Amino acid sequence: MIKVIQPGIETTVQDIGRIGHYEMGMPPSGAMDKYSFHVANYIVGNEENAAVLEATYMGPELKFEEDAVIAITGGEIPPKINGEKVGTWEAIAVKAGDTLSFDFVKMGARIYIAIAGGIDVPILIESRSTYTLCAIGGFEGRALKAGDVLKIGQQKEKEAEIGKRVEENFIPKYGKMHEIRIVMGLCSYRLTEASKRKFLEIDWLVTPEANRVGYRFKGERLDFVEREQPFGAGSNPSNVVDLGYPIGSIQVPDGVEPIALLNDAVTGGGYATIATIISSDLNKMAQVKTGEKVRFVAVDIDEALRIRKETKDRLQEIKQKFA
Amino acid sequence: MTRYEYGGDEFIFVELSESMDMETNFKAIAITQKLREENIPGILDICPSNASYLIRLDPDLVSHKELIAKLKHFEETVNLDDLEVSSRIVDVPILFDDPWTHETLMRFRERHQDPNSTDLEYAARINNFESKEAFIKAMTDAPYLVTMIGFVPGLPWCYQLVPQDEQIEVPKYVRPRTFTPERAFGFGGAFSVIYPVQGAGGYQLFGIAAAPIFEKEQRNYDFKNEITYPKQGDLFRFRSITMDEYESIRKEVEAGTFRYQMKEFSFKPKEVLEDPKKFADDVLRRLYT
Repeated sequence: MIKVIQPGIETTVQDIGRIGHYEMGMPPSGAMDKYSFHVANYIVGNEENAAVLEATYMGPELKFEEDAVIAITGGEIPPKINGEKVGTWEAIAVKAGDTLSFDFVKMGARIYIAIAGGIDVPILIESRSTYTLCAIGGFEGRALKAGDVLKIGQQKEKEAEIGKRVEENFIPKYGKMHEIRIVMGLCSYRLTEASKRKFLEIDWLVTPEANRVGYRFKGERLDFVEREQPFGAGSNPSNVVDLGYPIGSIQVPDGVEPIALLNDAVTGGGYATIATIISSDLNKMAQVKTGEKVRFVAVDIDEALRIRKETKDRLQEIKQKFA
Repeated sequence: MTRYEYGGDEFIFVELSESMDMETNFKAIAITQKLREENIPGILDICPSNASYLIRLDPDLVSHKELIAKLKHFEETVNLDDLEVSSRIVDVPILFDDPWTHETLMRFRERHQDPNSTDLEYAARINNFESKEAFIKAMTDAPYLVTMIGFVPGLPWCYQLVPQDEQIEVPKYVRPRTFTPERAFGFGGAFSVIYPVQGAGGYQLFGIAAAPIFEKEQRNYDFKNEITYPKQGDLFRFRSITMDEYESIRKEVEAGTFRYQMKEFSFKPKEVLEDPKKFADDVLRRLYT
């Protein structure tokens, strides 16, 4: 058992996500930074889809009531056990009675805390991930609160080697300026050519509206090609006949403040989407904070697939090292 | 002209038409149904929507380019005469002009096109109805086809079975609301919706549904197998009810004894497209006899 002393700002139980139910309007939820999620599970010897804790901006304070092996990956929010600094991206032995706490965030936005065996919460529609908007999955469908008690599960594949660490060159680093690669398209035909260029040239400021649902950016107005609005679309030039939104897609309601839709986002609606963040860079997006800047970099589908493979190969290499 | 677009490395988005019409919606259903039948490994999600569709794929298992070639082939060869839509005709009780959505829309008046009327008064006026009563009658006389599910789990986009020149059309709020009550009945563009859960929203608010369309506790009969009720291809008849009936349905829902009045039904697109009025009358007759 693990007792939650302080929950942090938003700490939720997440796994790979609720995949394959988009048609009913169910977003996948799941860990936002999948790279860090997978590595955390590799380090502690868990099955691929064991549930972990995702903490945003601030780590929780957890009291372990049994011995456990844990690993902390993701951004840099330095962990401590009983007040003593411990390492990240490595297997750590925790004793019954120990308290895990964290210093202030130094880099990135989200950390992943994996526990050998995984977090044991009920499976709902094939996943343990928390989807707070509909209060389903995870721990009672919500972010953790002080006083909650978490159970450790049975999803351990092998014993972890205590102290074994991920090599430095496999640990991502984050600054305050982020390049996020996208594929232009979807309804980008709605933007004027000048606005398409502007979208890629501006450093977009991340607003306080930045969470698991989506990130909203401030920059300059983008203009739409003039047209008579098609039947059923609605009157604003940014409106289209309601359609499906890919995960990572970017829309610009009324031409102001683009929004990138992420893991807990709405699955469809009536705003023109103009680009989609590539899957590898959704991991990076999860480590972006309010007040930081994002530059969108266009790649084509072949480049997007090449980067996807690169990310997969890196994960495979880490997996091998911990196998 | 149809657009085939990459949604990053995991999605393909196909826009069949920029504007809404029933034929396009049936085409989206027909193509996606065909794709489903092929059972191709690596297709993770198939989401038909109003005038487009979205596919999520695992590019390690299926190639974008081959899939797009296949979808183009479906688009060229699909015949709506072969499509049989399996559907349910459902009586959906709505309390129009209710206190809960009224309180909400008054709270967000400054985000609306016309801060001096209610959403119902405004929509009735811009659609040339002499009163909100006449407007409600038009919204409830003919049934709707559920043309898309999404936004949040179970939210149905409903398109009324009337000729295009009789379609009601309203703008969305100038700026979306940050709150909408659970079960609110809204209208935006040419679509009516029921909000399954409370949350943000930009559609005009006209009333509230008495029964849920999302029930995560799965207590009532219609939720035994799934936490959401609406399915694409359903035919919904929105029926205007009194506060008394609203309250008695709420009691049934809370007791776990509510069940939608529903008839299973299947139809061919041609029947709807050739004479929507006749089809709509037939649907209502089947529902209530």
